Amino acid sequence: MPKTETFILNMGPQHPSTHGVLQVQLELDGENIVHAKPIMGYLHRGIEKLLESRTYVQGVPYTDRLDYVSSMNNNFGFCRAVEELAGIEVPRRAEYIRVIMAEFNRIASHLIFIGTLAIDLGASTGMLYTFRDREDILDLFNLVCGARMTFHYIRIGGVAADVQPEFVEQAYAFLDKVPHFMEEYNQILSGNEIFTRRLKGVSQLSVEESLAYNMTGPNIRAAGLPYDLRKVDGYSVYPELSFAVPVGKKGDNWDRYQVRFQEIFESAKIIRQALDGLPEGEFMAKIPKVLRPPKGEVYSRTESTRGELGFYIVSDGSTKPYRVHIRRPSFVNMQGLDAMCRGMLIGDSVAAFSSIDPLMGEVDC
Amino acid sequence: MHNGILLTAAGWIRDILTFLFGNELVVNILMTLVGIGAIISVILTSAIVFTYAERKVCAFMQVRIGPNRVGGRFGLLQPIADMLKLMSKEDIIPNGCDRVVWSLSPMLLFVPSALIYSFFPFDDGAILADVNVGLFLLLAISSQAVLPFLMGGYASNSKYAMIGGMRTVAQMLSYEAPMAFSLIGVVMLTGSMKMSAIVEAQATHTWFVLLQPIAFVIYLITATAETNRTPFDLVEDESEIVAGPFTEYSGMRWALFFLAEYANLLSISILTTTLFLGGWHGPVLPGAVWFWIKVLVMIFVFMWFRWTFPRTRIDQMLSFSWKVLLPLALVNMLFTGVGIYLYRSLC
Repeated sequence: MPKTETFILNMGPQHPSTHGVLQVQLELDGENIVHAKPIMGYLHRGIEKLLESRTYVQGVPYTDRLDYVSSMNNNFGFCRAVEELAGIEVPRRAEYIRVIMAEFNRIASHLIFIGTLAIDLGASTGMLYTFRDREDILDLFNLVCGARMTFHYIRIGGVAADVQPEFVEQAYAFLDKVPHFMEEYNQILSGNEIFTRRLKGVSQLSVEESLAYNMTGPNIRAAGLPYDLRKVDGYSVYPELSFAVPVGKKGDNWDRYQVRFQEIFESAKIIRQALDGLPEGEFMAKIPKVLRPPKGEVYSRTESTRGELGFYIVSDGSTKPYRVHIRRPSFVNMQGLDAMCRGMLIGDSVAAFSSIDPLMGEVDC
Repeated sequence: MHNGILLTAAGWIRDILTFLFGNELVVNILMTLVGIGAIISVILTSAIVFTYAERKVCAFMQVRIGPNRVGGRFGLLQPIADMLKLMSKEDIIPNGCDRVVWSLSPMLLFVPSALIYSFFPFDDGAILADVNVGLFLLLAISSQAVLPFLMGGYASNSKYAMIGGMRTVAQMLSYEAPMAFSLIGVVMLTGSMKMSAIVEAQATHTWFVLLQPIAFVIYLITATAETNRTPFDLVEDESEIVAGPFTEYSGMRWALFFLAEYANLLSISILTTTLFLGGWHGPVLPGAVWFWIKVLVMIFVFMWFRWTFPRTRIDQMLSFSWKVLLPLALVNMLFTGVGIYLYRSLC
């Protein structure tokens, strides 16, 4: 009686597909995946430990490098945590600018998501279209803070510099382009039968399963739970802006793709409202030269592009934090990878990683 | 009958050789060698031209420019640079591989790809081997291209390569069946499998793409699958199994695989042109020119597919072939038969 065995295929850290350096050990039965074990840590840089030997202000650029594709959101999260700890009040203009930047970065990150999902499935043209449109957003960021990737723009107490009138003009011009290029992606990607069939019904995770794996962000919204920290916590000036929270039905790859697709439209709405209602005022609060937050601890969370980004800071009253722990959404979301890949084919595993939208800088910290 | 460009040139060469050698047998052998040489040079030139063309077409579709540094503003010498680079690479042989099988694989892949060129009608009467069972022999020989993939995959002693090899065999075998059945419609309309007769039939009646639209579409799909191009390029699926059976090949061995791939692309374009688009037949321009115009259009169409579509999954691809294309091809055969019968009895 012939016997079959499973074998282990190592989709190793150097791989054209995995988003950064992620190693996944797939236990395969022919082409079916029996078990998928992600092995992380190839991009570990010791950021949490480094932050212990830097002052709070020196520590802000380190957070850029966590989720390097949406740096603004990371800066936002860290600065909010420190401001809560030290009791700093941020001026309204700065809050509005922060929201505008965070939402632009959300759009840029979701464009990368769409592009990398496309190229992982084989449609390399789709990736170049999204990167072309993301260039406009990077030009905007370049205008306001001089950087294209790791911005270090949102600082403790406000933002680094004021937005110029050219920025506002270019921002409006970009927002007008959004429906056009999204329609283009609909034609080349969402409207393509092959693309749809690769994503629909694949790697389904129900709400209970997603909650059990503690998934947050678009991953759990795709399963059906409308949990968005911008609505639930209502931090910064989000309660004053009106936007919807896109929700999926089945929690398969297609829903995860569609939720992020719709979120781009919602972010564009938020930015437009924020630009329309941008108040006059200071862009940075008056904070002491040497920032010494009182003894205590704080856990502050924001809705980053990939989920709940939390900063737990313990202060011992000195200029440097005693301990910073970063609750990284991609790291926690990766737990669901095994459940998503069981019973699927190798091709689906690639689509599954892409649809969780992990970023190795954030997974490994 | 007025001879086309190619036959006129062949006639001159024959005259020169007869003048030089005189012996009938020697001249015939030399003419055959000239023919083979011409075909090999077509294949090699096309490989060079199409690597460049693919990169430029791909670039323009992806809002980029493509090669623009080597050899002037248009990067025309890029393929030469690529060839030189590949020739100067270290020949890396994987540990534990089956040496004989591994080295033979790229060579054996190139042989059927090149051999089928002897059945293509480049112009009126310009076929190297106009046999009575031309089309059938062509399909049989091109099916031999399945084995070298499995050889490469197995002998490389690598799991990725093995998976790639097995996928290739599954894919290519599955798509042979609908391809053959779709071409049967063409054979039924012509009444013969001779390649020159098929072109003649289209010259006298009409292009078969109008009479056999379903077969044309099925043939386009199966031909893309046979040459392992997107949307069926699971075999060389970059994002999943790196390069499938080719993973462990480097330098000139890989270049041979690549060459075979472009030779295959050219041959399916020529087949589509010959079987559906009227071959070398056309109004004003000479036959050879029409032939190449149609072939280049078809090549552009295949490249267009590659840079637009994502790739299918293995199980979706196989079920598509067996459950959709094959029944469709059989139904097409049925309708063709009925159509021919009605045409004959009514006219």
